[in-house]
Amino acid sequence: MSLAASIARRAGRRALSSVPALFGVIVFTFLLMRVLPGDPAVFFASGPNAGQAEIQMIREQMGLDKPIPQQLLLYLKDIATGNLGRSMNTGQPVVTDLINRLPASLELTFTALLFALSLALPLGILAALRPNSLIDHGVRFLCSLGVCVPTFVSGLLLIYAFYYILGIAPDPTGRLDVFAAQPPVVSGFILIDAALAGEWESWRAAASQLVLPAATMALFVLAPLARMTRAAMLAVMTSDFVRTGEALGLSRRRVVLVYALRNALLPVITIMGIVFSTMLGANVLVEKVFSWPGVASYALDALLTSDYAPVQGFVLLMAFIFVLVNLTIDVLYGLADPRVSIE
Amino acid sequence: MTEPLLTIDDLKVTFSTRNGLVEALKGVSLSLDAGETLGIVGESGSGKSVTAFSVMQLLDRAGRITNGRITFRGQDITRASRSMLQPLRGAAMSMIFQNPRAALNPIRTVGLQIADVLRAHEALSAREARAKALKLLEAVLIRDPEERLDAYPHELSGGMCQRVMIAMAIACEPALLIADEPTTGLDVTTQKTVMDLLAEITARRGMAMVLITHDLGLAAQYCQRVAVMEQGLVVEQSVPASLFGAPRHPYTKRLVAASPTRHSTVDSLVVDAGEPAPAAPRVSLRRPAEALLTVSNLVKTFDNGFRGVDDVSFDLAPGESLGLVGESGSGKSTISRLVCRLLDHSAGTIGFDGEDIGKISSRDFYRSRFRKDIQIVFQDHGDSLNPRFSAFDCIADPLKLLAGVQDSRELRRQVEDCARRVGLPAEFLDRFPHQLSGGQKARVGIARAIAAKPRLLVLDEPTAALDVSVQAVILHLLDRLRRETGLAYLFVSHDLNVVRMMCERTIVLQKGQIVEQGPSGALFTDPASDYARELIAAIPHFDPEAATARQREAATAG
Repeated sequence: MSLAASIARRAGRRALSSVPALFGVIVFTFLLMRVLPGDPAVFFASGPNAGQAEIQMIREQMGLDKPIPQQLLLYLKDIATGNLGRSMNTGQPVVTDLINRLPASLELTFTALLFALSLALPLGILAALRPNSLIDHGVRFLCSLGVCVPTFVSGLLLIYAFYYILGIAPDPTGRLDVFAAQPPVVSGFILIDAALAGEWESWRAAASQLVLPAATMALFVLAPLARMTRAAMLAVMTSDFVRTGEALGLSRRRVVLVYALRNALLPVITIMGIVFSTMLGANVLVEKVFSWPGVASYALDALLTSDYAPVQGFVLLMAFIFVLVNLTIDVLYGLADPRVSIE
Repeated sequence: MTEPLLTIDDLKVTFSTRNGLVEALKGVSLSLDAGETLGIVGESGSGKSVTAFSVMQLLDRAGRITNGRITFRGQDITRASRSMLQPLRGAAMSMIFQNPRAALNPIRTVGLQIADVLRAHEALSAREARAKALKLLEAVLIRDPEERLDAYPHELSGGMCQRVMIAMAIACEPALLIADEPTTGLDVTTQKTVMDLLAEITARRGMAMVLITHDLGLAAQYCQRVAVMEQGLVVEQSVPASLFGAPRHPYTKRLVAASPTRHSTVDSLVVDAGEPAPAAPRVSLRRPAEALLTVSNLVKTFDNGFRGVDDVSFDLAPGESLGLVGESGSGKSTISRLVCRLLDHSAGTIGFDGEDIGKISSRDFYRSRFRKDIQIVFQDHGDSLNPRFSAFDCIADPLKLLAGVQDSRELRRQVEDCARRVGLPAEFLDRFPHQLSGGQKARVGIARAIAAKPRLLVLDEPTAALDVSVQAVILHLLDRLRRETGLAYLFVSHDLNVVRMMCERTIVLQKGQIVEQGPSGALFTDPASDYARELIAAIPHFDPEAATARQREAATAG
């Protein structure tokens, strides 16, 4: 009925109100890149002994000789026409690079989120049902461990254990074993593409490549999810309506899963959005350790060589994804909590 | 009857708290026959809810049954396991709670919640459960039941939520229904419809009911037998007519005396209050020519276009006490906040001492010279005191800010004087709010309000959160203060009996408009408007004759 309409209205309003923020991000990154030390023209000149004339030529080619406000206007015009510039490192348009690499990052992040949720929710619930029990302390320990061990350390440990010692995992070099057949690109997500093409051999190869990096990232975000689940469950379990459920003889399972958990999930949904955005940006270390061809490692490489266009493109992409994730969370929240949509 | 439905025998329950073990029940024995209605009355902390929760095994982790037996249908359920209890709860005994909106799952439609209970005990398909849920909503007299099935609790009023709760509780036709303060927080007319419904349903289905309440009138009107609890013990139990007509236990006597009825006066409420109550002659009741407060054509429109106060005019003489009564949403609290200048009005004037104080915006009113003349006593005495201020600081604050008392010795003298006038022992002045009881916090709130020597005191439901015996003492205190100082009161309350005792004139409000006003005595004995008549008729009372008449009526109906 009007629920869908009201959610759509909310989402629309939220999307509109994020336009100024996106614009701000564009301007800010643009200026930041100009302020950073290093002259890209020098960096991209043919060699250390390139002449002043050559550097000047490159500078003009890149539009760096114009005053900064004019550069900004040109940049905005480019963005409006869908042109994010060309990467000096790869020689490709930034848009192409990002389109090629984004699915890799998304596939990794989604899988990691799935791992994290499927571990954090049960752990959080168990901990909340028996507060201060052995399980509760165990979960707390695991969470602390996940937070305080940096991802590159846990990633390396996992590689050491599962690849080097046990030999179960494939070598940590990218998304697909060199010997496996590359499925035709449809969505860019290898798991989906392989499944579509029916190449299960490739699917298994890609999945086994994915497990370790995804587990590394999942471990990192386990803590916020599990702790939030625990706190929300603890609060909900003492609420009046759970008592009602108990008083009227609902089964324990129904009380915990339908009455308590669904209410406790509301704050977890919010945290999930934050965690997802963080993971997408912060997984640069994981991508580096596992030679994962994602957008974060791409942006890092560009940053180290003062390659303006990819960094600006990356930041823009992240801001855009952040807005998108928030919208999704909003819609999910509207569906999960009928009280939100009437306001 | 061979055997009672429920017996509680020497039940003891302890709670482990930060301050060690606390014994909440000290040996409670009660029994209930099938189809009987038993009332349990008592004040907060008397253990009446703990008794009910022990029967249902709903005590939280800290509570433990240490002694005694609870037998239900001949089965010992004192320490029943979950597998034994689950088929009983909801199907054989069920419970409804105070605060019905919180007791329902906020993100599940009420139809599904009723269906959940049905399907927990009977093998029904989703469709059958829905059909049955519809029947139940009809049984609890909900309008448009078909539509309400898909409503969420927040879309229903408090009274509606309680009906849904009743529908859930009676869904599987239990033999015992425990109602824990089922109408506390509901308007008096809603309370009447909900209680009538409960009485009718339990009588028709032959269910036994335990009604837990702090309202003696409610217990007298709806119960065949009433047990009075005090500090974890049942001190007296009997049929309402004899219990309330001729109470034997001193606590019952005090409780009965403290409960306002249609005949009681402020002085009759307190039997053995520690403080002397010299019946000082009232400061002349003759109304002076000049009104202290003149409110004319007051309108408050909220942002969403809702007219909370709609063209209200009244005046108040110095030393007079005026009551504002009405149901929730009638605008009585809004008016009190407008008069106190805590809220800005949309139209009209608020004249105080011949000057339109409505012209001063609520933001700047604290600087006005009238701020010290108009003070307010809030409903929730706990929340309206700063938790980090001692009682002394609370009372000293207005003295420093409004009366400009700077000298610390003078300040202490004045604070102690205020405390003495409200009957707060001086040694309590160093305590913080959480170290004070409800009645003591109320006294601090009143002392704070009178500290700056105001001329108008706005009392916004000052006793709604208090137990009746404390309420009696506080009302007594307020009445004495007015006689001594000639303060004018604007008294906001939903308790009509309290207003009748405290106020010379009363205004009845409905939907932001005045429906009736006049001298309290006349208004309560002979209301002119239908609405006022309905309100007054809905007040539960415990006239012995009326209670017996009602029982006879119920018996013939059953």
